[in-house]
Amino acid sequence: MTTLLEVENLRVSFPTNRGRVEVVKGLSFTLGRERLGIVGESGSGKSMTGRSILKLIRKPGEVTADKLRFDGIDILDQSEKQMRAIRGARISMVMQDPKFSLNPVMTVGEQIAEALVTHQKLPRSAVQARIQEMLHAVRINDPERVARLYPHEVSGGMGQRIMIAMMLIPEPELLIADEPTSALDVSVQAQVLDIIDTLVRDKGMGLILISHDLALVSRYCDRILVMNAGRVVEECAAGQLENAQHPYTRGLLAAMPTIDESRDELPVLDRTQWAGT
Amino acid sequence: MSTRDWLLADSPTSRMQANAGRAYRVFTALLRNPLAVLGGLIILVLVLTAIFAPWIAPYSPTGQNLSARLLPPSSQYWMGTDELGRDIFSRVIWGSQITLTIVGLVALISAPLGLLVGAIAGFFGGWVDRILMGITDIFLSLPKLILALAFVAALGPGINNAIIAIAITSWPAYARIARAETLTIRNAEYIQAVQLAGGGPIRVIIQHILPLCTSSMIIRVTLDMAGVILTAAGLGFIGLGAQPPLPEWGAMISRGRTFILDQWWVATMPGFAIIIVSLGFCFLGDSLRDVLDPKSEGKN
Amino acid sequence: MALDQQSAPLDAALIARNKRLRRQAFTVGGFILTVFLTFLGLLAITFFIGRVIPIDPVLSVVGDRATQAQYDAARIAMGLDRPLWQQFISYVGNVLTGDLGRSVSTGRAVVDDLSRFFPATFEMATLGILIGIALGVPLGVTAAARQGSWLDQAIRVVGLLGYSVPAFWLGLVGLAVFYARLRWVGGPGRLDIFYDGLVQPVTGMILIDSLIRGEIDIFWNAVSHIILPASVLGFFSLAYIARMTRSFMLDQLSQEFVTTARVKGVPERVVIWRHAFKPIRVPLITVVGLSYAGLLEGSVMIETVFSWPGIGNYLTTALLNADMNAVLGSTLVIGAVFIVINKVSDVLYRVLDPRAR
Repeated sequence: MTTLLEVENLRVSFPTNRGRVEVVKGLSFTLGRERLGIVGESGSGKSMTGRSILKLIRKPGEVTADKLRFDGIDILDQSEKQMRAIRGARISMVMQDPKFSLNPVMTVGEQIAEALVTHQKLPRSAVQARIQEMLHAVRINDPERVARLYPHEVSGGMGQRIMIAMMLIPEPELLIADEPTSALDVSVQAQVLDIIDTLVRDKGMGLILISHDLALVSRYCDRILVMNAGRVVEECAAGQLENAQHPYTRGLLAAMPTIDESRDELPVLDRTQWAGT
Repeated sequence: MSTRDWLLADSPTSRMQANAGRAYRVFTALLRNPLAVLGGLIILVLVLTAIFAPWIAPYSPTGQNLSARLLPPSSQYWMGTDELGRDIFSRVIWGSQITLTIVGLVALISAPLGLLVGAIAGFFGGWVDRILMGITDIFLSLPKLILALAFVAALGPGINNAIIAIAITSWPAYARIARAETLTIRNAEYIQAVQLAGGGPIRVIIQHILPLCTSSMIIRVTLDMAGVILTAAGLGFIGLGAQPPLPEWGAMISRGRTFILDQWWVATMPGFAIIIVSLGFCFLGDSLRDVLDPKSEGKN
Repeated sequence: MALDQQSAPLDAALIARNKRLRRQAFTVGGFILTVFLTFLGLLAITFFIGRVIPIDPVLSVVGDRATQAQYDAARIAMGLDRPLWQQFISYVGNVLTGDLGRSVSTGRAVVDDLSRFFPATFEMATLGILIGIALGVPLGVTAAARQGSWLDQAIRVVGLLGYSVPAFWLGLVGLAVFYARLRWVGGPGRLDIFYDGLVQPVTGMILIDSLIRGEIDIFWNAVSHIILPASVLGFFSLAYIARMTRSFMLDQLSQEFVTTARVKGVPERVVIWRHAFKPIRVPLITVVGLSYAGLLEGSVMIETVFSWPGIGNYLTTALLNADMNAVLGSTLVIGAVFIVINKVSDVLYRVLDPRAR
């Protein structure tokens, strides 16, 4: 398998009143054209990992790494201009909540078109055709009407499908999905993830799925990283999750309710079992 | 236990300790902000200047010396002299008393007035709220300076009437703030507890609601003081504020108008005093807002 | 209103539209009512100032050397023997029919005076706000885009200076420097003396009138006179607009959709102007409106300094002569313009924001 992304000793830090605080503390992994899940509770540094791959951590935040290479390109070495050619076109990201991540005063069509024409000079008619095609691919049936709507006029589930269309229209090689369904109704979560899954498989892209939901990640990914307090505590194939060794992962697994639940109370994580936090 | 530990205790044992601790935290946060320190220093200097004016000013603020008319700034007359030979520096020093009086009295009249109106409107709600806020909104939608001018015109020129006019035009902004704050705490459970325990509306408003409005009031009043100084100076400039020979800064600029083309210092120097003092209040108010209410940056 | 195409038949859109129309009708009704009430409030205040506060309004009309008979006649003529509420109603009636009384100092009807002086004020304040927008918006946007840079600091200081420099002082210093010393601009007044009265008024605004009449020399002379007072006013609106623009922009730049735009690889210039700036155009209209109304107020001081024959100058002259009809008339007109600008920018806000439509 070709290596798409290599990360070695990634560190992200922010200044606070009490000095610099590291939110990602020496993360390492490699990614091919596969689906990698990053799991962790809020504050574990998983979102910052996604953003630092796109070099989107803004001052005063700071990113360092021994190695942060995408397709052989050293991300940390790239100028802002060079990064712009990578963002969207080669690495893209689906954000959490379409209510906030779509521009409220631009129509859906304008926003999708922008993603495309930023990277490819195409005649107007070709752009329109691509938008229609892409909206169809995310299972929107009347793309012409939807393209004219403003984001506040669509539901959360549709907003997220629009987001996916926007992020995949320039045909990137790697998609980062940062909690793509946690702001959505449970009923549409599976639909959105199925769309991502189908498109990623069809186009042979790499996927990093960031989530706090262990079950969800194990269903849609090949491999899983479990993060806690800025560190990877567990790395395993999705099918091997029940054999996880680290007490944190075991605690998370134990806290998951099952369909034939017989426990009166779900166990709470016992944080004294692992060191360093 | 050191004083600092006592102040920063996580679980204060008395209300006094809690208040002192909060004041200490605000104070240290302000000390870390250079603009706040600068603003505080300017205001401190203003207060000290006003108190010690008789000892600081080298000359009398009103004593005329016709042989020394319109002299440019020199080592003898730091800011030059005016058309009656009075030392402008001494007049600016004495003028600080007038400015401080205006600022202080306007704050003392308009802030409690606005606070009371807002708290009553917010607490009682219903038609009381509608009437009081209707009046407030009408005042807010009118130009302050013009309104102040019209009031002074009716009351007659003079420093006292100028203070009254400015106070009349500044309370509505405070009423709005106090009402907003009151609405957020009116239905809090501890207010209901006080009412259940037999606390009447007056006691609830004075003891429980007003104290909670103070921090946003202090920010707003500090920020507004620059505007008050400018309005007062404007009234003085037009000739409706402090009357000659009082060394009010706006009136001094007005006198210097005639000489602006040749003897620039007569009008210019008092202007610098106004700018510095106004900036002082702006700096302090801005930083107070950052410290006490970080979310409201830039909104008014 | 969330409309999911899969669950939303056509009539849902129709219902939404009807709701919107009803809401708009309600807004228009409420708007007219608040404007009406605010005007009534303004009238109540001017009435109160004119008839209630002065110890004796009759005395200010007849003077202190009038005989008792003259005094009584004036008192009845002014309607002061009637109850206060009747006086207020007739006052409102007078104002509505355009009768603001006679000015003691000019001897003309206050309405005529005001309509003669208003264009000069309007011309200056409009030029001032244009300067303020043209400089303030780009400065505010740039400051936000480069938060913490020296430019940002400089703009913050300019913003605070806008709150702390007396307008009349800045006008005087401007005259001393740019007129007396550098000779870059014309002095006080709207025109040099020998051009005065050469242009027949059409709109009352000399810049426009001179162009209509084809008097290019007069036009440039008028420009040289208006540029300094308009710039001084422009400075204050610039300071306010830049400060508010910066604050709005910082708010927008921290929004998720701005990150989305960056994820798409959109150039920073486009991120700033298309994504962050576009949503704030609407609130900026309100800011510009407030600033414009503030300039009308500021022009009172500036006109005094520059001997500008506008409403501000008329007002201050009247103030010094205790010419109450003229004072209250000008207050009423400036107050009314103030209210209208405030309310109109409020309405524009609702009309232009797709989220509020």
